[in-house]
Amino acid sequence: MDKCMSLLHRYSGVFVVTAMLTAPMTAYAANEIVVYTARNEQLIKPLFDAYTKETGTAIKFRTDKEGVLLQKLKAEGVNTPADMLITVDAGNLWQAANLGLLQPVQSKTLSDNIPAHLRDPANQWFGLSVRARTIVYNKNKVKPGELSTYEDLGNPKWKGRLCLRTSKTVYNQSLVAMMIHEYGEPKTEQIIKSWVANLATPPISDDARAMAAVAAGQCDVTVVNTYYFGRLMKKKPDLPLAIFWPNQDTKESGVHVNVSGAGITRHAKHQAEAVKFLEWLSTEKAQKLFADVDMEYPASPKVKPDALVAAWGEFKQNPLNVVKAGELQTTAVKLMDRVKYK
Amino acid sequence: MQRSPTSIAKAPKAGAFALKFRLPSGWTLAALLIATLTLLPVAVVLSSLLTPEWEIWTHLLEYQLPQLLTNTFWLVLGVGLGVAIIGVALAWLTAVCEFPGRRQFSWALLLPLAIPAYVTAFVAIGLLDFTGPVQTLAREWWGAIEFPSIRSRGGVIAVMTLALYPYVYLIARNAFLTQGKHALEVAQSLGLSPTVGFFRVALPMARPWIVGGVMLALMETLADFGTVAVFNYDTFTTAIYKAWFSLFSLQAASQLASLLIVFVLVALLAEQQTRTRMHYTQAGKHSVQARILLTGARAWLASGFCLVVLALGFIIPVTQLLLWASEVVEQDLDARYLDFVWHSLALAAFAALLAGAVALLLSYSARQHPGLLLRMTARIATIGYALPGAVLAVGVFIPVAWLDNRLVAVGWVQSPLLQGSLMVMLLAYLVRFLAVAHSPIESQMHRITCSVDEAARSLGVSGANLIARVHLPMLRSGFLTAAALVFVDVMKEMPITLMTRPFGWDTLAVRVFEMTSTGEWNRAALPAVALVLAGLAPVIVLTKYRSK
Repeated sequence: MDKCMSLLHRYSGVFVVTAMLTAPMTAYAANEIVVYTARNEQLIKPLFDAYTKETGTAIKFRTDKEGVLLQKLKAEGVNTPADMLITVDAGNLWQAANLGLLQPVQSKTLSDNIPAHLRDPANQWFGLSVRARTIVYNKNKVKPGELSTYEDLGNPKWKGRLCLRTSKTVYNQSLVAMMIHEYGEPKTEQIIKSWVANLATPPISDDARAMAAVAAGQCDVTVVNTYYFGRLMKKKPDLPLAIFWPNQDTKESGVHVNVSGAGITRHAKHQAEAVKFLEWLSTEKAQKLFADVDMEYPASPKVKPDALVAAWGEFKQNPLNVVKAGELQTTAVKLMDRVKYK
Repeated sequence: MQRSPTSIAKAPKAGAFALKFRLPSGWTLAALLIATLTLLPVAVVLSSLLTPEWEIWTHLLEYQLPQLLTNTFWLVLGVGLGVAIIGVALAWLTAVCEFPGRRQFSWALLLPLAIPAYVTAFVAIGLLDFTGPVQTLAREWWGAIEFPSIRSRGGVIAVMTLALYPYVYLIARNAFLTQGKHALEVAQSLGLSPTVGFFRVALPMARPWIVGGVMLALMETLADFGTVAVFNYDTFTTAIYKAWFSLFSLQAASQLASLLIVFVLVALLAEQQTRTRMHYTQAGKHSVQARILLTGARAWLASGFCLVVLALGFIIPVTQLLLWASEVVEQDLDARYLDFVWHSLALAAFAALLAGAVALLLSYSARQHPGLLLRMTARIATIGYALPGAVLAVGVFIPVAWLDNRLVAVGWVQSPLLQGSLMVMLLAYLVRFLAVAHSPIESQMHRITCSVDEAARSLGVSGANLIARVHLPMLRSGFLTAAALVFVDVMKEMPITLMTRPFGWDTLAVRVFEMTSTGEWNRAALPAVALVLAGLAPVIVLTKYRSK
């Protein structure tokens, strides 16, 4: 027995060290903002740094997957350290509002800078950059005249010539959700079914690979977010790839867009500071930085995109409010499951 | 099994001796307490069953589950067979035989452990898919030819086997090395050839080790999401994440995860039931075994086999990673990497010690108190390894946040105390990786038979002395194996690290996440390479220990 005790004493050092390591690191401090962000560090930290430099307000942040951050906020409840939530995809922002994790913000700056279709009708979140999901094709095999709309990719002439990313990416879920909003469920189901019938190879796990497949001739067309196209062409400018803007006719509704955006958490401890930061994010300088760091489009129409991005040409955005992408996401996912779009 | 030579080691009915060496019951209580603690997150997940999400279930049952279950079945079967065959074959070759390069292979074959499986997957697809250099070159030389697709069932199985065989290899090798030479010598003196001796003697005697290793690999396979996502190969875990992230129902996701828990638990208990009355001892001194000398073609075949596995599982992926990393090293490598490395190493080391110590405690208590209670406890406490990481992370976080909120509500603390502390992070790692630590220690525990205790007692060694001077040294190799495995696993771990890290405690795995989640795989290569290099540390330690 005594020997056992002495064993305990011998290892008590371990416990002391452990205790030292458990010092809490979540005390609230003044003049700082805490951000939970699903937009990744390399895309968001430049903005935090710029804001801190300009105002002296420190920003603490943690990155994680959207779904996990929402559960974390929910579990933390009133004692959450987070003041602001930044995520990609309107569906996730809608879900955050839906779970009661955000609070409405009335701000003239924000409603002036961010167009109505890119923010929550109840002002719980605001889009800060626009991500266009469009068609990319192989210049050697397809003439732009052959392309017209998203729906047309289901035309039998594309049989064995279409590559798609998996339906498990939220970008495709939002795209399909917006189609359901526009065309209704039965017609959308027909369209997606015809896409699946045209696939050259089983759905691919990311946008970059889908474009690589088009460039290598495994298929001729695909649907991707433009910044992936930008990144790829920056690295390999010789690839025979080009962007096509679908649904541009006067009777068509335009290119599918999504946002990455932000909202103030319901139980924010630094609410005023966080709102000020959110407003700052919608200003010209921040908008430029926010979009350019990832070759996206600024949400504010007053701000021009990066020269390289502008070179892809102007296009008409679908003006329907992106909140629908969230409301109809589960419907879209189930629809894609039904037509075996993996 | 019954007629296998293990019966020479079968013990008389246990019980009489076990009672005499009862540990102070405080230790047992501690074991139960820790087990309960690790059970809490699992209980949170299971509690979802109380409010079924019928709508999502109906949808999944009709359109998803039949295909997913088929996929999962083949994946588990394929990976199970794959890791068992490759792991045991390599373990046997390097532990018992002699052939060119054996000494180097014996540690190098552990290296694939340091590479996260999804990274191997991404490299494999990058190299072997239609757009990869292999097929592109082939098309240039021979025109359009049809290759079997790497993005297929066979492809996933191959990649996961290459990533996970080291569990079986390491643990089975431990068994072969400590088996002692006499058993094999007896077999040979009875006229069995080395091959027959392997199948009739060595293999059955190593069974708990092999099964333990395979179980680890399979639990990781079931919990895996990253690798199958790269292949877009839908498994049961895919459905769990779909329910959560796409259908916005953590509830339904937890219900699916609960089924996984039940399934794995039944499998574990069934497996254990088949060997409860067997005892595995060592015959003769260990480690100084006369090696079977392979000559001629057989020797080269052995070397070739080791080399192929090593090349596919480590050399090729790492070469690709290095090439990618070299493109971004100037842009991305900065002083913060020192912090990332330090955080990764510190967390991994702490978690390894903690998990090793707890596994030792659990295993030891179960030995001292044979019976269903502690055996079940140990089993259930290790179930966290089969749960998808993010689901388990939430299961850990919900009770912690709840407790924090209670503490604030009653006014004991000003702001949340536990969440965002390293203690919770380590606890979460413990829940996840206790199985990894438990398996090698538990198998090694079989080496301590009643005759060992009796011999020690006859020499006047008993009580705490018996533990410190006889048992712990005998368990040392099991403990080291356990700690090394946990160390490497924590280095690679993502969901728990992301969710529970204190502000500013970014690790190499977090860096990998930042890059891969935006599809920048070549930029992810830099932290991945750093992770592999840092993960080599325990392999080196193990090698040093072995060569003594």
